[in-house]
Order: sequence, then structure tokens, then C-alpha cells
Amino acid sequence: MNAQDSLFEYLLRLGDNALILGHRLSEWCGHSPALEEDLALSNVALDLIGQTQLWLNLAGEVEGKGRDADKLAYLRDARDFRNVLLVEQPNGDFAVTMARQFYFDAWHYLLLRELTGSKDSRIAEIAAKSLKEVTYHLERSQEWVLRLGDGTEESHRRMQTAIDDLWMYTGELFESDEIDRAMVQEGLGPDLATLHEPWLGLVRSTAEEATLSLPQPGWAQKGGKRGIHSEHLGYILADLQFLQRAYPNATW
Amino acid sequence: MTDKKEWPLWEVFIRSQHGLAHRHVGSLHAPDAEMAIMNARDVYTRRNEGVSIWVVKASDIAASSPGEKGPLFDPANSKVYRHPTFYEIPEELGHM
Repeated sequence: MNAQDSLFEYLLRLGDNALILGHRLSEWCGHSPALEEDLALSNVALDLIGQTQLWLNLAGEVEGKGRDADKLAYLRDARDFRNVLLVEQPNGDFAVTMARQFYFDAWHYLLLRELTGSKDSRIAEIAAKSLKEVTYHLERSQEWVLRLGDGTEESHRRMQTAIDDLWMYTGELFESDEIDRAMVQEGLGPDLATLHEPWLGLVRSTAEEATLSLPQPGWAQKGGKRGIHSEHLGYILADLQFLQRAYPNATW
Repeated sequence: MTDKKEWPLWEVFIRSQHGLAHRHVGSLHAPDAEMAIMNARDVYTRRNEGVSIWVVKASDIAASSPGEKGPLFDPANSKVYRHPTFYEIPEELGHM
């Protein structure tokens, strides 16, 4: 795989994470437990969709085959998506959504912080813009983990279950393959393994304060980054892509 | 009827870009002050409306009673001399 292909793949990963999580969050629109929360989750979803546009447009530019963000988002099949498995997991109850968000936000924040120092100024610029948004996402999801964990008996039970159930999807966040290594070598992106300690520190201290216990490190589900997804992604794409597939090039 | 589990109501005050004082913009529900500020950010500053947010628990606001309107405010009606409109401003000062 040449440098251009690696960069394209890497940008797809960044864009697809934002796209799929943004889509998941948008599913809460009109269904949140409170009006205020509905707006807040939709804001986060829109932030992520905005980031998707930046990453995928850049990916298309790097690929040089005339595909833009829309083409990449709407006209690829599940096997060609590069998001981590964590972000495609179903919303579940509010605790599951917030646990998923917190795990991801903490990692996303650390990753973007490193990417602001990327040698590729286009990557650094997108990262800097996204980092501001994600700093707030993290603050918000962390507050919810604290409140639900250290809330009522019922909210604690649900948050603990969510923290446990999603744990096996966090390992993939720190796994490097040849694409990640190529990015490190070119000075374009960080060594993902170096994000693990700070991530764990943040997650651990939050869990402690929230009176939650973290699962033991164990077997990790992975594959999303290489296009091996859970069954959930197909349903997401059916929803997301239906219009463009059924009515190609339809616009507002 | 108020459900015991309902989040408390908060009044939201935003200071706009242009300095000036915090202005009441509306209210929202939140479990505590920190979340109230976050919710206010998401509900009331989505379009770049503000640079500072205050939230106050609605129940902590002491308000004048509408029934007292007469005794409270009517007496001021007849006291035009309280408006600074009786001073002669020298020409050379121009517009004040």
C-alpha cells in the first residue's frame, strides 16, 4: 500500500467514526428523556456530521477519483466502512448511549489533540477545529457518567451494565496496523498505543468518582477498522443511504 | 401536578457578544447547576448568542406579587419630577 492509499484509509477511519456515531446520536432526535437533552444530543450529532464532511472531503481529495464526502458517505457498502465497532453499537438506554459516548469522547479528544500536531496542515486544521467541539462532548458525557453512576440505585445499575457491556469494544481504539504505523512514520498521526494510558487514567478516575468499577482488561472485539463490522452497521447504512440509493443524486 | 422526579427549573441569563448585562432569555430543566449551564449552552447559545451564562434556580428567585402592582408602582406615575427632564442643558454641551 503506497503513502497515498494509507492516508486515504486513515482519513476514512476518522470520517467514518464521526459519521456513524453522529448518525447513532441523531436517532435520539425526538426521543430523548428530556427536551434539553434532545437538543444537546442533536448538537453533538451535528458537530460529528460536520467533522465527517471535513474528513471525508479530504479523503476524497487524497484519493483523487472525484469522490466527495457525500459520495463516500452514501455510496459505499458496509465492507468499505472503516469506523471502529464501538460507534456502531446500538443506542440502548440512555446509560448505554452515554457510556459509549464517554469511551469514545475520551479517546477522540486525545487523538485529536495529537493530530493538531500533524505534519499535514490539512489534518492539523481539521483536528484543531474538531478538538474544540470534542472537548465539550467529553465534558458532557463525563458529567452524565458521573451523575448516572453516582445517582440512584437504578441509574447506577444501568450505567455499570453499560460500562461493562461496551468495554470489549474499547481495545480496538488503541490497536495499530500497518496504516497507523505508516502515519506515525510520516509524522501524520500519533502512535495509538500511547493514547491508552491517558485514556485509561481519565476513564478510571471518572469511574471511581462515579462509584463504578471498570472491568478487567480482557479480550477485545475488533475488525471495524478493516471493514469487518457487526451486523448493526448494515441497518445503519440502510437508514442512512436509502434516499441516495433509491433516488440517485436527489438534492433538497 | 409536579412529579417529584422532575428536574428543577432554572432561569437562564446570557450576556451577548456586545458586553452589556446578562439578559434573561428563558428557562430550562436540569438536575443541577452544572448541567443547567451545559443545557443553557445547548439550548440558548447555538447561534453564537453569548459569551457568558448565568443560571438561577427558578425557586430561588423572589418576585414581586402581581396583586401588589398598584401600591408598588402606581405612586411613581404622578412623580414626573423624578425624570431628569427639568434641567437646562447649555447649548455648547450639545447632545448628552
